[in-house]
Amino acid sequence: MSDVVLRGFGWRHAGRKAWAVRDVDLHIAHGERVLLLGPSGAGKSTLLAALAGLLPADSGESAGTIEIDGLDPLHARDRVGIVFQDPQTQLVMARSGDDVAFGLENRGVPAAQIWPWVSDALDRVGFPYPITRSTAALSGGEAQRLALAGALALRPRLLLLDEPTANLDPAGADLVRESLAQSRDDATMILVEHRVTEALPLVDRVVVLEPGGGVRADGAPEMVFAAYGDKLADEGVWVPGFTIPALRSATAATPDLVRAEQVTVAQRLASVSLGVGEGEVLAVTGPNGAGKSTLALLLGGLLAPTGGQVRGFGDERALHKWRAATLTGRIGSVFQNPEHQFVTSRVADELAVGPRRLGRTPSEIARTVDDLLERLRLGKLARANPYTLSGGEARRLSVATALATAPRLLVLDEPTFGQDRRTWIELVTLLATLRDDGHAIVAVTHDDDFVQTLADRTFQLGTARLKDPLPRRRRS
Amino acid sequence: MTLVVQPIADPSAPLARRNPVAKLAAALLFSLPLIATLDPLTPALALLIELAVVPFFGVRYGLLARRAWPVLVASLGLLVTMVLFSANRTGTLLLGLGPFDVTTGVLLSASGLILRLFAVAVPGVLVFATTDPTDLADALVQNAKAPARFAIGALAAFRLLPLLGQEWQMLTLARRARGIDAGRNPVTAVRLFVSTAFALLVGALRRGGRLAVAMDARGFDSGHPRSYARKQVFRPADIALVVVALALSALAISLSIALGVFRPIL
Repeated sequence: MSDVVLRGFGWRHAGRKAWAVRDVDLHIAHGERVLLLGPSGAGKSTLLAALAGLLPADSGESAGTIEIDGLDPLHARDRVGIVFQDPQTQLVMARSGDDVAFGLENRGVPAAQIWPWVSDALDRVGFPYPITRSTAALSGGEAQRLALAGALALRPRLLLLDEPTANLDPAGADLVRESLAQSRDDATMILVEHRVTEALPLVDRVVVLEPGGGVRADGAPEMVFAAYGDKLADEGVWVPGFTIPALRSATAATPDLVRAEQVTVAQRLASVSLGVGEGEVLAVTGPNGAGKSTLALLLGGLLAPTGGQVRGFGDERALHKWRAATLTGRIGSVFQNPEHQFVTSRVADELAVGPRRLGRTPSEIARTVDDLLERLRLGKLARANPYTLSGGEARRLSVATALATAPRLLVLDEPTFGQDRRTWIELVTLLATLRDDGHAIVAVTHDDDFVQTLADRTFQLGTARLKDPLPRRRRS
Repeated sequence: MTLVVQPIADPSAPLARRNPVAKLAAALLFSLPLIATLDPLTPALALLIELAVVPFFGVRYGLLARRAWPVLVASLGLLVTMVLFSANRTGTLLLGLGPFDVTTGVLLSASGLILRLFAVAVPGVLVFATTDPTDLADALVQNAKAPARFAIGALAAFRLLPLLGQEWQMLTLARRARGIDAGRNPVTAVRLFVSTAFALLVGALRRGGRLAVAMDARGFDSGHPRSYARKQVFRPADIALVVVALALSALAISLSIALGVFRPIL
């Protein structure tokens, strides 16, 4: 366990005007378990990177001091373990056991000790497979458990966790939290996580960073949320106990705008029939591997089904045979990873791509772009490169690009995935407005809150049954 | 699209279980001298030897052919090129096509080239079909004293390759969703391919960067001498494999010199 002391600490990345984090005074004692909160952009990840000794002096400018057991983090790296968001870019080796052994090899742990330590670490996180298990065959949650084992195998005295569940579906996130709870030892822990309710059982202290610099609040969770809950919720933190009223359609849905009839995709989707009409939000749910994303691609006219067909808009031809320009004028698809959709190097250009494809006049295009920039709060970023946006901004832009051609059907794959509360509310409100304007909306989602708040109908894949419209209910 | 190259051999076969570095060295020492000659006999002899040892690597011939299909395609390309552009149109005329006359001379030089291609490619295919990438990286570091930074780094990057296939599909679909397709215009198709490939590259670089940070966070850049969780040993049998490979290559070349067909490339 480690003692962490920050005095007036600050860091500015080379080439940036603003400080990523500054004026932080903090003392974390041996064995404390701290949840580090703050709106996006408050510098939480930068602070963790600094503690992990991953900010070399030449990569930016620092202020104040930061010490782990009295040492500079650059010299305390063998005391610190860190787990990041994305499981895919943390695993190094092809076999699970080899991956845990990787860190031990780097530290020069004698070969005879490596394998006992590996099994010990795998036991602690509850990894259910033999050490020869291929890392490519693991689900996201299992891979993240393995990454945690890789960090724990090095017996860190300070364990840093940078949104370890943000890239996982709810089942995967549960796996990781279970591992964190059961592997609990006397190491000092600092956790960054925006799903606060689920993280609270793992911590005994909450520290809130102020975006402009400094620490806003620090103390026991109940105390911090009682005093700062409202403000944190406004800034996008998922504070426990803050609910959002349901937004249901006021009108009945029209007959199907697009309909899939007994579609199958080899090895990805078992036979499914469903349709969606204007003025409704259809949520597609189901376990991992049931083919939700595949169904979204089919309804978006992007994938050819192996069997059955998808038709709509009174067009004789199946959706996947339409030319791209026709498709984009009728159906807007929003992918799970926004970056897949970006094709230009400026936000404003990105919004102009679709309308230009449809042959709209320059003045029409300019009007569409300005309108969308304003509606989705992207005005200040019009000249920014889409790849440099934050997670929430990139999500808003990807939705905006789909709206630019005014399609009547919107198909979204996990639109609320990993979003902070503020972006979440904006998205849900926007989708409700679009639905009430007569758009048809299909959303593939794991997010129960999203279903409860917005869905007029739920289609559960795997069991392939259409549930009745949900009763009006509030988020709890 | 799968980009995984997994070993396809019976791992207990006598030559498959040799040290990966020994297999690699044997393949190089056997096939590199063959490049020195232009005659068809030397590579033909080498190819015979190679095909004779295939069972000792635990690889079935059918599997070998499937792994080697890019070489088959390349050899067809070579044949066409030789018929079109060969300067040597001597020998008996077999098929009169005016400037593209197919003569025995053309076929002889074409078969020489194609045999060379196979003789050089098959050992490589054999090595990678019988070697686990992790074992190769371990052996390169432990037995060939390659820098771990390079060998293990390449291994980690290799693990990300299959992701590129999925990524390519998503990028292509996302472009269609944005209203961008090439239709029947080949110029647009090339432009679209280039822009998709660029997006793939940008994504791969970002992922590679994140992976590098995660590796360093586990002490990969600590400069501390590494220990080895999986020990790779270089046995006398491994030395024998390398020596025999070199000797067999020398034998093939000596035979062609003795028969007077040896044609040095320089």
